[in-house]
Amino acid sequence: MATRTSKARAPDATTLERMLYYLKLTREAEWRIDQVLYRQGKIVGGVYVGRGQEAIAVGSTIQLTPDDVVVPTHRDFSAFLIRGFSLREMFANWLGRADGPTRGRDGSLHFGDMRRGVVAIISHLGSWCPVACGVAMALKRRGQGNVALVFFGDGTSSEGDVHEAMNWAAVMKLPVVFMCNNNAFAYSTPAEKQFAVKSLAVRGPAYGMPGVSVDGNDVLAVYEAARQGIARARAGGGPSLIECKTFRMAGHSAHDAAEYVPEKLLRQWARKDPIVRLEKLLRARRILTRERIREMDQAIRKEIDEAVALAEASPLPEAASTPQGVHCGADCWWRKTSVVRSQQSVAGDHGPRATDNGR
Amino acid sequence: MPVMTYLDALRQGIWEEMERDSSVFLLGEDIGAYGGAFKVTAGMLEKFGSERVIDTPVSESAIVGAAVGAALMGLRPVAEMQFMDFIACGFDQVVNMAAKIHYRWGPAVPMVIRGPAGAGVHGGPFHSQSNEMWFVHTPGLKVVMPATAYDAKGLIKAAIRDDNPVIFFEHKFLYRRVKDEVPADDYVVPLGQAAVRRAGRDIAVITYGAMVWTALEAAQELEKEGLSLEVVDLRTLLPYDEQTVLASVRKCNKVILLHEDTRTGGMASELAALIAEQSFEDLDGPIVRVTAPDTPVPYSPPLEEYFLPNAQRVAEAARRLAAY
Repeated sequence: MATRTSKARAPDATTLERMLYYLKLTREAEWRIDQVLYRQGKIVGGVYVGRGQEAIAVGSTIQLTPDDVVVPTHRDFSAFLIRGFSLREMFANWLGRADGPTRGRDGSLHFGDMRRGVVAIISHLGSWCPVACGVAMALKRRGQGNVALVFFGDGTSSEGDVHEAMNWAAVMKLPVVFMCNNNAFAYSTPAEKQFAVKSLAVRGPAYGMPGVSVDGNDVLAVYEAARQGIARARAGGGPSLIECKTFRMAGHSAHDAAEYVPEKLLRQWARKDPIVRLEKLLRARRILTRERIREMDQAIRKEIDEAVALAEASPLPEAASTPQGVHCGADCWWRKTSVVRSQQSVAGDHGPRATDNGR
Repeated sequence: MPVMTYLDALRQGIWEEMERDSSVFLLGEDIGAYGGAFKVTAGMLEKFGSERVIDTPVSESAIVGAAVGAALMGLRPVAEMQFMDFIACGFDQVVNMAAKIHYRWGPAVPMVIRGPAGAGVHGGPFHSQSNEMWFVHTPGLKVVMPATAYDAKGLIKAAIRDDNPVIFFEHKFLYRRVKDEVPADDYVVPLGQAAVRRAGRDIAVITYGAMVWTALEAAQELEKEGLSLEVVDLRTLLPYDEQTVLASVRKCNKVILLHEDTRTGGMASELAALIAEQSFEDLDGPIVRVTAPDTPVPYSPPLEEYFLPNAQRVAEAARRLAAY
């Protein structure tokens, strides 16, 4: 049962338009990734998208301030965009380019940047949840009301690390908002084989934090629930769990035809498409016209075309770069991107840095 | 100069780093109010406060993961595993999260995971392990194991100042049994550098941890028989000091590789490969390994005694090799 920490505050017209833009940009960009580039053989390896679930990352991440931190999964494409990653960077990572955010060392959405407050996940599901707690410990210590927003799926919620993290966050009263993307399937495993409860929200109170369940395809519902969780965290009220109920409209990965998903469910959930719903609402409220939306769609397509072209034109990494950058040291290969210096600015003035000392 | 135990030297090293740099903080089970299961962190909660000395739930995976998150934010966590055996509970966080972040997307992960390891105290299979090779085999980490009180302080300070995830194995058998003159002031022992504990001519014994003392004991015994052992203490296992190892082999032409860890896939097998590759022509006899057998660490005293290499076994191996 949610504890209302403040009166509901609906997003203003600008935010609504921005949210529609990110929903559409995500939908189109991911289509380009798994239906075009992957099928052309230009993207190799595993390809994962969050089709149909876009409202979850958009409605929550859009509320963060520059000094907050987000830990997005492969279903949360928009979180990277909202935090300032360019489309070009994202396509460059998928295409394994040298100038991508991992310089070709990891694929999909396994990247981050502490300057932009994004922590990269790894493939081991849920392992990033305790990491989010550590981030929140630093944010709490900094004392400026910043929060950590972390996502995980219904399948991932069965991993031990998620439980350790929720318990830890509640005991230490950390400013974390746990966003559970319950899209009903973990690869081929339906929810009823994943857990014995009807809603994952019950796990919130089980660990000592509020837990709510919202319609994950209603970006305004996600927005409001996240707003409350974020406000609670900022005010020192500790963590929250928000289960967003949605549906995985694509396979687990581009490889997965997902024949195990009943057609009927796909049709039902297609009628609840988050983008269609927000468009309808914005048009009904006269916030956007049909014309303006058309312009938005055109601009998005152009943006994607340009970003893909740039990414495709950029070089693959030099093979000889493979052994570099295993350790961070005085002649650290990664230091050229000033990443360590950016960490110092995030941490504030904590005293002498190791980088200042001889060893 | 003050004489102190290995344990007190560790405490002093951590204390000094906590004073020197406010971004350093401690987390682990029972480290605060209780001062740590072995009292390594005694007095630190009172001195540095609960924001920097954090008693955690029993959650090794979260301990390591939270340390990673804090390190990403520019803090310098020192996470304790109450016994290094329990690092297994956080294995994924160590080898997949901590170890691979820098290589993959660039930020430094300046953190130390430290705790007591090793056998000889009737700890049984889960309080006596030597798990260093899991981590020596993981690119991205550094692995350190001091054998002396002086090194315990110098290496923990170096580890805390290092910008990489460092797995710091303390040997519980040595905590109170080893004493040394330890300077009261600031000094570091660089990571990645071995130390020649005893210069010798006939056989080089390459080892680390508690076995350094076993080797020295054997060396003392063999000196009476006119057999001269050189004892090299690796101190850091990843990255390890190839040059010092090969220099000793070149000098002595015979080598014994000694560790308390089990035989197969132990550090001795890595060193044997290095020496065979790089120093083949320097060898006047086969490479010899003295290690524990490939079993879990047993509990009952006669079994643990069988398990652990001792000075006698080292001496016997040395005599055989000398006769080759």
